[in-house]
This record gives sequence, C-alpha cells and structure tokens, in this order.
Amino acid sequence: MQAVSVILYLILAPFAGALLDGVSRIVSARMQGRKGPPLLQPFYDLLKLFQKQMIAVNSVQMLLNLSYLVFLAIAGSMLFAGADILMCLFILSTADMFLIMAASSDSSPFSSLGASREMMQIMAYEPLTLLLSVGFYLTTGSFHVGDIISRPVSAIVFMPGFLIGFFVITAIKLRKSPFDLSTSHHAHQELVKGLTTEMAGPTFGIMNVAEYYEMILMLGIVALFFLNENWWSWPLAIVMCLLVFFLEILWDNVSARVKWRTMLDSCWIVTLLSAGLNGLILMLIQ
Amino acid sequence: MAKLAKSPWLLHYDASSCNGCDIEVLDCTTPRFDIERFGIINTGDPFQADILLVTGGVNAQSEAVVKQIYSQMPNPKVVVAVGICACTGGVFKECYNIKGGVDTVIPVDVYVPGCAARPQAIIDGVVKALEILDKKRRDYAQARKSGQADEAEGGNEPWNT
Repeated sequence: MQAVSVILYLILAPFAGALLDGVSRIVSARMQGRKGPPLLQPFYDLLKLFQKQMIAVNSVQMLLNLSYLVFLAIAGSMLFAGADILMCLFILSTADMFLIMAASSDSSPFSSLGASREMMQIMAYEPLTLLLSVGFYLTTGSFHVGDIISRPVSAIVFMPGFLIGFFVITAIKLRKSPFDLSTSHHAHQELVKGLTTEMAGPTFGIMNVAEYYEMILMLGIVALFFLNENWWSWPLAIVMCLLVFFLEILWDNVSARVKWRTMLDSCWIVTLLSAGLNGLILMLIQ
Repeated sequence: MAKLAKSPWLLHYDASSCNGCDIEVLDCTTPRFDIERFGIINTGDPFQADILLVTGGVNAQSEAVVKQIYSQMPNPKVVVAVGICACTGGVFKECYNIKGGVDTVIPVDVYVPGCAARPQAIIDGVVKALEILDKKRRDYAQARKSGQADEAEGGNEPWNT
C-alpha cells in the first residue's frame, strides 16, 4: 500500500501539479477579466522548455537543479508513504538549499539577489513548519503520517490555528503574491526572473517539474489536517485542498508584492499568533 | 493552431522607440487583447524567451544591447520588429545617430509596420512569428538529431561572437 502510494505520487504529482497550474492560470485570468490560456498550457510550456537549446553558464547548475527535484520528490514520497512528517519537512528545507545554490552558482546579480531573497523566505516559513510537526505530535501523539491520518477525529478540530498559519506560508511555497519575492510564476516580473534568471530551457523545465512536486506536497500537508479513519474524510480532504488552492489564487490576485521585511515580520507574527497560541492551548488541554 | 508553437514567451526591448509602440505592446497583455490566450507570456528574461519584440530603430548605444539580448536567447528563436522605426528606421532613418531598422543588426523574421503599430497588428505579427518559430523548432530538432546542432545554433554567426 505504501509503495503504491509513493509510486503513484512520483508518477502523477507532476501531471497533477501542471494541471492545477493550468487551472490556476485560467482562474487568475478570469479574475482579471481575461480569457486566459488553454488548460493544458503548462504541459505545452514544459514540452517547449525541454526542446530548447541548453544554455548554461556552468555545468553545476543542472546538477543542483536535479538535486532540487530529487530531494523534493523524496520529501513528498515520505509524506505519501505515511512516514515521519518531521523528516519530510527537514528534507523539504534541504531541497530548497539546492535551489539557492543553483541560483548562486552563476554571476548574474538578479539571480544572486533572488537567492538571498529565497533565504529570507526560508527564514519566514521555517518556524511554522517546525511548529506544525509539533502541533501534529501534540494532537495525535505521533510524528508518523500513518498514525496522524488514522485517528477517530480530524486534526483540524484541535489545530485550526496551524492551518491558518500554514495557509500563509503556502503562499510563499507556491510563489504567490504577496510573497513572490525571489521569483514568481506567470507573467509577473521581479528582478528580471529572480533566482531563475539564468535558467534556460531544460534546466528551467526541471525546476518547474520540481515545483509541481512541491505543490502537491504542500496540498498533501493540507490534507493531513482533514484526514481521519473514516472513508468520507478523503473526499473532504480533497475538496478542502482545492478550496485552499483557490483561496491562494484569490489572495495572489488581490494583493501586491510586499518588501522582504514586511514578509518576515508578518509571517512570524502570524506564526506566533496562530500556531504559537494554538500550540499553547494544545499543551494545556492534552 | 494545432501545428503552431504553443508556448511562445516574449521578450520586449525598446531600442530607441518613442514609447508609442511600447505602450501598444503592453496593451496586448490587457483584458481587451489578452495575448495569454495563445500561451504567450511577456517574460523579462532573454534566457527564457522565444520571441524578441524590438521597438524603435537601432542607434549606436542600443546596437550592442540588441546583439547581446539576441545572443542570450536559446535556439530556436524569432525576432519581430514592431513599428515602422524598427522595420526601416522610419522618420528617423536619415538621422546621424540611427543605424536603421533592427535588421541592420540582427536577423528579423516578421515586420509589423505602423506608427504606432496597433495591438491587433502586433498580435497578428506574433502569430505569424509562431509559424516561423514552429518551422525553426522542427529544423532545430532535426539538426540536433543529426548531430549538427552546433551549426544550427549559429556558432560562427557574427552576432554570436
């Protein structure tokens, strides 16, 4: 069962991620009063990127990008295998370090600035990811995803604050406004293209596939809040994942990009108020 | 549209334009014209661009920049000259500082005349460019297969040195 879900994740996550990306581009376009691209546009983009000429400033960038992809796939596999969520979140941060190294490996000032902003983003979301695994432990008595999803009651009942905090940092991870400082999707430009400035063709394609793995991983963590031992929690979790994704798109479209200082302050305040308070209450009642 | 290139990303450069054509290029991204319908994204990064839109005639200062941007774009790629100045130099053709149209510096695939070029004309030009891009893509894939990618990538062209 575990092996099946891991294999399904490894095969289907890029497709599901690209499909969700296509949906998000259409929904964004409709919110802006435009028609938007075809649903399968992200697939066309990926196919094109892999057909393009490989222009690389150095040979290490491709390797680092592949490491980013592999580590994200490992992190996601751990979640979908029902393994340790703490380990999954640690590997998620490790993967991001490879992206930062890939971006800093060339001499472009835009790319380097994007890399340093990515580090700011890690600083902004990391406290909450750590608190999140503590929250799951306090609620369910285990770090194991397999145990977390086989409780009689969904975790969201005990940790709604964590979900609010997680919603905020998901905007960072999905590179949505107001937190798309290091690089952003779609037609938004910031620092040319931020940390992907010097990634061309296949290298950029690999980075995109990795982002799709990450997107599914983040939505998988959202699902953790809702899954319990009953069968009906699965459709409920999927619906809630899509709802969270829709709210992220809405937030992306109604907000402007903030400065890094504002991002850091607001993320830490939200982490402290939502996850911190929720965690304290959990400690008192458990 | 089936055979056309489905994911062309634009890079827009203002060589010496009066900003008339530039505003019309930006106009193409607005809800009224919405070029994202064709999967077109206005990217700012030559490394990720397929179509180079140049507005305005080329002068001594912008010549090196146009060449550099063109050389930074990965193959296959096409160039669209937007506006009469980019096509031929326009009313500035005889000016002491203007070299002429964009084609005096880099190879141009599609010419979109007009002062300023209308958004409809720009979209028309870009869609024409897609056909050329698609052909170049097939040629490039073939050259890659036969191991002549280096020649196809124009290793000895003057703008690549």
